[in-house]
Amino acid sequence: MSKPLIGVILGAVLGVFDGLTAWFTPAARDQLGGIVVGSTIKGIIAGIAIGFFAKKFHSLPIGILFGVLVGAFLAFLVAFMQGGYYLEIILPGALVGLIVGFATQKYGYNLSA
Amino acid sequence: MKWLSDDRLNHLRSIVGNPDFSSTKYTFVKELGSGGMGTVYLAEDTELDRLVAIKVLNTPDITEDLRNRMVREAQIIARLEHPGIVPVHDVGILSDGRIFYAMKFVRGSRLDEYAAQGASLRDRLRKFQAVCDAVAFAHAHGVIHRDLKPQNIMIGSFGEVLVLDWGVAKIRDTPREIEGTVIGTRDYMSPEQARGEIDQLDERSDIYSLGAVLHFLLKDQSGVSKAAKAICAKAMASAKESRYSSASDLSADVARLLDAEPVSAYRESAFERVSRWVGKNRFLVLLVLAYLIMRIIFIFTSRR
Repeated sequence: MSKPLIGVILGAVLGVFDGLTAWFTPAARDQLGGIVVGSTIKGIIAGIAIGFFAKKFHSLPIGILFGVLVGAFLAFLVAFMQGGYYLEIILPGALVGLIVGFATQKYGYNLSA
Repeated sequence: MKWLSDDRLNHLRSIVGNPDFSSTKYTFVKELGSGGMGTVYLAEDTELDRLVAIKVLNTPDITEDLRNRMVREAQIIARLEHPGIVPVHDVGILSDGRIFYAMKFVRGSRLDEYAAQGASLRDRLRKFQAVCDAVAFAHAHGVIHRDLKPQNIMIGSFGEVLVLDWGVAKIRDTPREIEGTVIGTRDYMSPEQARGEIDQLDERSDIYSLGAVLHFLLKDQSGVSKAAKAICAKAMASAKESRYSSASDLSADVARLLDAEPVSAYRESAFERVSRWVGKNRFLVLLVLAYLIMRIIFIFTSRR
C-alpha cells in the first residue's frame, strides 16, 4: 500500500474511533455525529500530510516526529476553537499522529515511475 | 650407526604423506584438512604467483573413460560463476593417478567454526539462506554438490558466504560412479545417498544435506521456533518427494521465517498467527495500547 493511502486510511479509522470516544462524555453525547465527522476529517487531513511527507522523506524518526507535530497542531486548532480541553484533545491527537507517522514509514511503499 | 632424531623422523613421515605436485604448476605449502573424499592442501600456483586450495581425491584405480568424464564435469562446474560459489580453477591428475582440483583459497571461518564463535540465530539463518541461494544457482545449471556440510561452507572476512569443494559434484542425469558407491559425508547425506543409489540422486539430495546443515545451525540454540524446526524437518524428509522441490523454495521459506511471515512448511494455529503478528509489529501494538490506555484514563477522569 502506498504511504499516502496508508496515511488516509489510518487517519480516517483513528479519527472515527477518536470521535466515538466522545460518547463516554455525557455532555457531548448529543453532538456525537458532528464530533465524529470533525474528528474523521481531522484524521484524514493529518493522514494525507503525514503520508505525503513519508513519501518525500524516508526516515522513521523524522516521520514519527512529523506525525506528532501535525497531529498535535490539528488537535490544538480543534481545542482552540472549542476553547478548552487542551490536554484531552492534544495528547490523543499527537499520539494518533505518532501512530500514522510510524505506520506510513514502516509499512508504506513508494510507487516508482 | 647414526640414529635419526624424532623431529627428523616426523618430518620425513610428513613428507612421505604429502602429494607429489612435481608434474603440475603447484608447489606444496601445507595440509589444510582431510575428509572422506580426499585431502585439501594449500599450494602455490607458481605461474600466477598466488595461493590456491587443492583437493586431492581418493579415487585410486579409475578407468580412462571415467577419468575423462570427471574432468569434463569439472570443466562444467568451473563455469559456475556465482558470488556464493568458490570456483574450480583447474583440474588435473597427479603422477600417482589421483585427480586433483585447484580452487580459490578462501580466508575466513568454516561455517562450523563461525557457529562455534556464538553467531546469533538470525545471523545463522541469513548465512544459511545465502548457502541455499548458491546451491539453487548450481542446481539451475544442472550441478548437484553431493557433499554439503558446514565444513564445506566458508564465511569470508567480510561475512560473504562461499560454498566450497565442488570436487565430487555431479552434472544431473550423467552417470559417473558405479551403483552402490557412497559419496558424501555420513551425517549430512540423504538416505538414498547413504544407500549408494547413484541414479536416484538429484537436487533433492542436496536439499536433504541443506536441511542437515540447518539442523546443525539450530541445535543448541534457544528460541528456535516451531516453524524453523518444521523447515528443517521438511528439508530432511526421508522420502525425497516430501522435501522442498528446490533450494530456492527452501531459501524462500527461510526468508519468510526471517521476516516473521508464515512459512510453507508449518501450518500455524490462530493463536500462533496472532503472536507472530504481534511480535513482528511490537512497536505499533505498543503505540495503539498506549493510545487506548490514555483514552480510558481520560474517560474516567472526565466522569469525576
